[in-house]
Amino acid sequence: MTDHHSDIDPVSGRSTTGHEWDGIKELNTPLPRWWVITFYLTIVWAVGYWIVYPAWPLISGNTTGLFGYSTRADVAVELANLEKIRGAKMVALGAASLVEIEKDPALLALARAKGKTVFGDNCAPCHGSGGAGAKGYPNLNDDDWLWGGSLDQIMQTIQFGARSGHAKTHEGQMLAFGKDGVLKPEEIVTAANYVRALSGLPTRKGYDAAKGEKIFAENCVACHGDGGKGNPEMGAPNLTDKIWLYGSDEATLIETISQGRAGVMPAWEGRLDPATIKAMAVYVHSLGGGK
Amino acid sequence: MNRTVNPKELPLDDDNGPLYVAQKKVYPQSISGTFRRIKWGLMAFCLGVYYFLPFVRWNRGLGAPNQAVLIDLPNSRFYFFFIELWPQEVYYFTGLLIVAAVALFLMNSVGGRIWCGYLCPQTVWTDLFYAVERLIEGDRRERMKKDKSSDPMKLERISEIVLKHSIWLLIGWWTGGAWVLYFNDAPTLVRELVTFQAPMIAYIWIGILTATTYVLAGFMREQVCTYMCPWPRIQAALTDEWALNVTYRYDRGEKRTSVKKAAELRALGEQVGDCVDCYQCVAVCPTGIDIRNGPQLECIQCGLCIDACDNVMTKIGRPKRLIGYDNDVNIQRRQEGKAPVYRIVRARTVAYSAIIAAVGGIMIYTLATRSLLDVNVLHDRNPVAVRLSDGSIRNAYTVRLLNKSGYDRVIAIDASGPVNATIHVIGIDSVTQDRPMIVVPRDSTSELRVLVTAPLEGNPEKSIPVRFHVTDIGLGEVASATDNFVAP
Repeated sequence: MTDHHSDIDPVSGRSTTGHEWDGIKELNTPLPRWWVITFYLTIVWAVGYWIVYPAWPLISGNTTGLFGYSTRADVAVELANLEKIRGAKMVALGAASLVEIEKDPALLALARAKGKTVFGDNCAPCHGSGGAGAKGYPNLNDDDWLWGGSLDQIMQTIQFGARSGHAKTHEGQMLAFGKDGVLKPEEIVTAANYVRALSGLPTRKGYDAAKGEKIFAENCVACHGDGGKGNPEMGAPNLTDKIWLYGSDEATLIETISQGRAGVMPAWEGRLDPATIKAMAVYVHSLGGGK
Repeated sequence: MNRTVNPKELPLDDDNGPLYVAQKKVYPQSISGTFRRIKWGLMAFCLGVYYFLPFVRWNRGLGAPNQAVLIDLPNSRFYFFFIELWPQEVYYFTGLLIVAAVALFLMNSVGGRIWCGYLCPQTVWTDLFYAVERLIEGDRRERMKKDKSSDPMKLERISEIVLKHSIWLLIGWWTGGAWVLYFNDAPTLVRELVTFQAPMIAYIWIGILTATTYVLAGFMREQVCTYMCPWPRIQAALTDEWALNVTYRYDRGEKRTSVKKAAELRALGEQVGDCVDCYQCVAVCPTGIDIRNGPQLECIQCGLCIDACDNVMTKIGRPKRLIGYDNDVNIQRRQEGKAPVYRIVRARTVAYSAIIAAVGGIMIYTLATRSLLDVNVLHDRNPVAVRLSDGSIRNAYTVRLLNKSGYDRVIAIDASGPVNATIHVIGIDSVTQDRPMIVVPRDSTSELRVLVTAPLEGNPEKSIPVRFHVTDIGLGEVASATDNFVAP
């Protein structure tokens, strides 16, 4: 111990701590008593925390505290409350018709928010997070719809899917004209060029338009309609527009005609509740392409 | 200035004592004078504003709160007379804080701790609590005597103590009560509080602020300034030799003698100081220090020692302001026989004033030109562009309309930029195809999904600027925002 008595600062008249740096000494300035008491009280308070809340790690797990408090339980309560608040809104969503939802700004906002989340969880793997689609998976933002783009038609497709095996699913597929021996290879090339010509795309040299028209009339018109305008009843795409699900180049078209196409959209009825499916339909419709 | 003291004359610190010091209770004596009057006036003003401002009404029209100053947390709005701020405009508070901080520096460079001595809530409430204490228990000497007395307490003394603490708690309760009124409609909340129907959080906050006021102003007092507040330390770093601080003019005061001895010595033509060691400056000091020891951390510069000393100087027929607002520069100049110089206008004060004017000017300008109609646009990221069946291109945007006014508006929106662009808002069927109209309720925002479609024939550029114009159909007020139109 330093002898403080011999170490008085002559200017202030107070004792020093005995610490000295380059001739500068530190005055002994004791803490105020209330400060020290407060400090000890915080230590006592901390001990209280150990007892009341989960604190000490054990070999497996930890001390649980007096009231068994856990942040996880807090989250569960919060989520339950959220569900309670949402509950009433989702009932309102389920009760409204699809058109009513689109006309009511509050319901539209709710349906779009709910639809966006559910879309991300269930639809994005095929259609992409923004519904932009990919080869074989339709872009849901455009105005070209295989099975119809009205609110009801979109909802029906979500409910029952396409070629999903559900009793009410959309049926109808592109037949494999080559594989099944309906058309000869050179006829398929001609048909492919005819289809390209329908939407104004260039055709290969030596292509016989009259022959193409004949093949189309005999084989394709049944589903794709006169002039290739398509038929949403059968899921037959419009061949005269600028949108191609699999691609518009000759090789892809030849592949499509030879091998056929039958992409599957799963049925969501039973997997998602009716209000959620409604929200999904409104969300997809509001992406921009809805009719 | 610190005088050199012979160590042998001083009581030594006790090495074997505890590591802490007990709070020395301060018994400030009542005083009257210029600075006391200023302090009473400022106290009445500050407390008056604080306690009664929530009751001031301001008409904002039907449906809007009519309280002049209101922090509406549930609806995230701040109202201040004619100003209404939204959460995204919180930068006005940043500006206000900058102005407040620099104003503090400016006060400090002109007149020292003006804030601490006259305006700080800790000073104002402590001053009020001392006034209550003095009224009930008597002045300095009586209070000291009563506290020291070891006689068993009589009913009179007990009732004094009970009364003092009751009034203190009442002031604390009113302080907490006024606080919560800033967050709710004041008359409604007062009614609810009285009938015990107010929300629990209101009672909790009143309780917290009653406790802090009672403890900080009744018991902690100068300890808050000395040990808890950072400003004394910062202030010491910001001051300069020209700042006027409450100063004992030792050039005039030393050497101290008694009144009688001074008269005798003066008669002999000797140089004598004006300080008669009456300790009145120490008796009135709310922090219990001796100003004659020079500038000290504990000194809040409330000016009460100036009043005390002036009274004494008047009585003994010497000039006033032996203690006054001054600085060491002038003390030295006077010692050298030169006239004192007061430099209020100097680089530091000019710079602080300029910063206050600049920040304040920017704030006033932005407030005055603040638009009550606004539009924000966010381009869809996935997909950025969509090709439609007829070959045209469509981009989707999230558009947010902000109506900051107190009435509903009909807003028309149109887009320009890409040739022959058409606009469609999801959920809105408009009679005017190229200019959909949306009703935006008062004091709220509307988020819209907006589709812009353009033929983009030929070989389109990768990106074309698109400008969204929104127009209030009734008032003609306009706002616009720009984004890009992208081809796939």
